[in-house]
Amino acid sequence: MEIRVEGLCKSYGGKAVLTNLTAVFRPGITCAAAPSGTGKTTLLRLLLGLERPDAGSIRGAGCRWAAVFQEDRLLEDLSAAGNLRFALGEVPGEAGALLARLGLDLSDPQPVRAWSGGMKRRLALARALLAPAEALALDEPFTGLDGENRARCLELIRERGRGKPVLLATHDLTGLEDAPVVRLGGG
Amino acid sequence: MALAAAVPGGGLLLASPVQAALRLFQLLPSAAFWQAAGNSSLRIFGGFLLSCALAALLAALAAGRPWLRDLLAPPVAAVKAVPVASFIILALVWLDSRSLSLFISALMVFPPVYLNVLEGLCRTDRKLLELARVYRIPLRRRIWGIYVPQVLPYFRSAASLALGLCWKAGAAAEVIGLPAGTIGERLYTAKIYLQTPDLFAWTAVILILAAVFERLFLAAVDLLAGKAGR
Repeated sequence: MEIRVEGLCKSYGGKAVLTNLTAVFRPGITCAAAPSGTGKTTLLRLLLGLERPDAGSIRGAGCRWAAVFQEDRLLEDLSAAGNLRFALGEVPGEAGALLARLGLDLSDPQPVRAWSGGMKRRLALARALLAPAEALALDEPFTGLDGENRARCLELIRERGRGKPVLLATHDLTGLEDAPVVRLGGG
Repeated sequence: MALAAAVPGGGLLLASPVQAALRLFQLLPSAAFWQAAGNSSLRIFGGFLLSCALAALLAALAAGRPWLRDLLAPPVAAVKAVPVASFIILALVWLDSRSLSLFISALMVFPPVYLNVLEGLCRTDRKLLELARVYRIPLRRRIWGIYVPQVLPYFRSAASLALGLCWKAGAAAEVIGLPAGTIGERLYTAKIYLQTPDLFAWTAVILILAAVFERLFLAAVDLLAGKAGR
């Protein structure tokens, strides 16, 4: 399965964010690398169908996606298990082990409101990795994570993303040197 | 009130709190008292519940349909501004006196509940709705997980305000329409025969009923809020 974008253009209020972008996203990690504010999030939103391009085409993106957004987008009053149940309909059997690998406790009854920013980010990533998705869109998934947690997350993304396109928007390519990169310049 | 009642002969025009309380205790054991309280409660609270359901439904429909919002805006504004007595007299032309308090309390409840629920829906977190779209979360779970927790605080404050309004307007409608066996009829009779202890006793009954229904209803809303999204 692959996702192909051709001649993609998007602008907001006359300011071009993506101009004539052509790229192919094959199974495995593809990085969208660019400084902040230069179209990474826009590209992900276009692929997820949350925005329409001004011009160009997207093929193969009508599949089932899971995403980590720029923000964690968790239900703050719910526990980790409650958040997984809300997004996925149930808590998958493998959730406990996956969360444990990310240093999180699935049985923690506290609402995630009480969690640190890094813990919430890892839970948002766990939610995407546990979803029955055919493609993953990860927008700066390592925000707020230290080196050790970043490495653990990356290892899990590689494991769980095997065989499906994973678009990883990041400004820091550490540990991703082997992944193809789509460079976005903005404008 | 107590001072005015202490003036010789003042008790006729203004009953003392003790007289009113004594009268209330005299009324309590009678079947007619409970029948009047029950009839009025049923109609006024029934109007409140019906109006809440309709207002919430229309707000849900209007939240995504600007044309419906625009269509409903003038009648809602009219209900907010026109004196309740005008509506009562107008409604008496169309309705029998037994349905009057139900209709009037529903009418008074509609604007605050509709406007607040609409506001809550319009302020629903778009980012969570996008998340629900990407993860293909079914509507039922979206309602319980996103909409209900975000709209309930708006609904709660509107319901608290509306419960007071519906008792005031419903009792006024009964006083004007005089349906048999209601608190409004008792208030009118007390006024005609200058039975001021009765007047104050029945007014106290309205206050107590309004407070009890408000507590019960808001407790139910809080219970729902606690369960929403879990």
